[in-house]
Amino acid sequence: MIVAKSYGVSLLGLAGTPIEIEAEISSNLPNFVLVGLPDASLTEAKDRVRSATNNSGFTLPARRITVNLSPASVPKHGSGFDLAIAVAVLTASGQLNPKSVADAVHLGELALDGSLRPIAGVLPSLLAAKKAGFSRAIVPQQNLTEALLVNDMHIIGVSSLAEVANLHGANVSVPASKNKGLVKVETVSTHPSPKVDVSDVIGQGVAIHALTVAAAGGHHLLMVGPPGAGKTMLAERLPTLLPDLEVEQALENTAIHSIVAGHNRNWAGVDELLVRPPFEAPHHTSSVAALVGGGMGLPRPGLISFANNGVLFLDEAPEFAQPILEALRQPLESGEVLINRSAGSARFPARFQLVLAANPCPCGKGQSTKGDCNCTPQQKVRYAAKLSGPLLDRIDIRLVIQPASAAEIAISKDNQESGMNSEKLRELVSQARLRSSARLAGTPWRLNSQVPGPYLRRQMNVEKAMRVKLDRKLELGELSMRGYDRCLRLAWTLADLSGEERPNDQHISQALYLRGQDNPMELTCPT
Amino acid sequence: MTDKQDLGALGEKAAAEYLESLGYQILIRNWRCRFGEVDIIAAEGNQTVFVEVKTRSGSGFGHPFEAITAAKVRSMRKTAGAYCSEHKTAPSIRLDAIAVYLRGGQTSIEHLKQVFR
Repeated sequence: MIVAKSYGVSLLGLAGTPIEIEAEISSNLPNFVLVGLPDASLTEAKDRVRSATNNSGFTLPARRITVNLSPASVPKHGSGFDLAIAVAVLTASGQLNPKSVADAVHLGELALDGSLRPIAGVLPSLLAAKKAGFSRAIVPQQNLTEALLVNDMHIIGVSSLAEVANLHGANVSVPASKNKGLVKVETVSTHPSPKVDVSDVIGQGVAIHALTVAAAGGHHLLMVGPPGAGKTMLAERLPTLLPDLEVEQALENTAIHSIVAGHNRNWAGVDELLVRPPFEAPHHTSSVAALVGGGMGLPRPGLISFANNGVLFLDEAPEFAQPILEALRQPLESGEVLINRSAGSARFPARFQLVLAANPCPCGKGQSTKGDCNCTPQQKVRYAAKLSGPLLDRIDIRLVIQPASAAEIAISKDNQESGMNSEKLRELVSQARLRSSARLAGTPWRLNSQVPGPYLRRQMNVEKAMRVKLDRKLELGELSMRGYDRCLRLAWTLADLSGEERPNDQHISQALYLRGQDNPMELTCPT
Repeated sequence: MTDKQDLGALGEKAAAEYLESLGYQILIRNWRCRFGEVDIIAAEGNQTVFVEVKTRSGSGFGHPFEAITAAKVRSMRKTAGAYCSEHKTAPSIRLDAIAVYLRGGQTSIEHLKQVFR
């Protein structure tokens, strides 16, 4: 009895489990049996493996071949096990060196001619393998760039089964790689277009200040204003104010892109570390599954996970279906989302910064001074009610935006000369973030917006003299306790931005202004 | 007889000679009942062995063993059962498969024992 072993990785969401693949060749009528909870595409592996080995210069023995994927209770899916299965079978038939094979993780899908095809999820798979103690991995050539993002692992890119076999002591002729040009791995560009810059915005000094505060503290933002005021333009420029991601965050984001073939036109893996914060702007007809995550059988991340460590922008927020907006509440709170599907449940990170834009009323003219809004009060109430209280409650900055006036446009010409641009603001934001993370060192939080209320009130107290205004609002009942905390968080961010040790009364006043009305849409409509 | 049947008969003869050379006692050849046919029934020690022989003159149609289907194995088991109920046999039975290559006067034989699935 000959049993050979090789290793692969099974992915469910972002969590990988190393899988031991055992192959046995027994003295029985020829047959190929694959056991250990394979799904349909994995069951087909046996036919791919048979053809690929035959076409790589090997002969499989005319005996019964049993392949077991262990642990047998973990569901396995996809074509990424092809290579590991082929290598195990060849080792069992004595054609490869068992020691060399069992030493490495093998990933890749086999073509019938024995060449290797790229697979999705190489990055999270290798991270799991590394965690499990593997130091060597063999991946398809086209996944090599992505695989190399994993440090401290010896990673070999190969383009055919014959090449892998030769690494393990076989001596077969390696075909000239034919599929190199077949797959075009495009660069994922989450970089904001270089044309986009805050300096494009005319006027709107307050809104740009609010954007800067939102960027520095990671505060969620709602902008209410008539059509054409520049809400979308402002939101698109928020990512340009955010500093580059830290390595861990970048790996997390890249891993999410890696498991979903097809996102951003990139059907197999990624080829660079995504260091810029993402910006996702779904259309308001998107479904809950598209936003939060779903998938048939297997859990699949949604747009909120693609916006992880970046910005999720919902333009025309009241047009989104109510269940979608409500579904965002839980991930907003926990920073992750748990998706349950028949094949298992997966946890995806969803630590995004939410930016909402809304018109004041269905006709959009609700705030205009001309009073030409023709919506009925009922229409307005219904429109405003789309953004529920619990959702608005989670949004720190609620800003009313007016279109730039003629005077502002004139002044803005000077502004452009004074040179307020994304780069300078990003520098300010980075410095503010450094201050807050230094203050929050030793806690699980990094940004002011993440700090929970009790910690905020106990460890980050503001002098009584400075918060007189705030306390007064609380006494008058104009501010809820939650609103009080939110103002404090904003005040800390404002202090960080201006380089002060702790917030002063000016910061508190500004925070109160940025926090805005509890229902900015309803109250801005003069009825 | 057709060429194909000739080849089969030649292969079965070669297989029987091979088994005899190993000390098997051939009980009967081409035993058939309503469930099917067994090419060779032999006795080895206290075992009765039912043998399916596949003969090839080339490798164009794959390995001879690959031509033994699951259906054939099922029918062999039933046939073996029928044989046992009709005859007094040894206490244990075995199903074997033999592949015979006949090429230019050269004969090569492969023998698989115990091919139950």
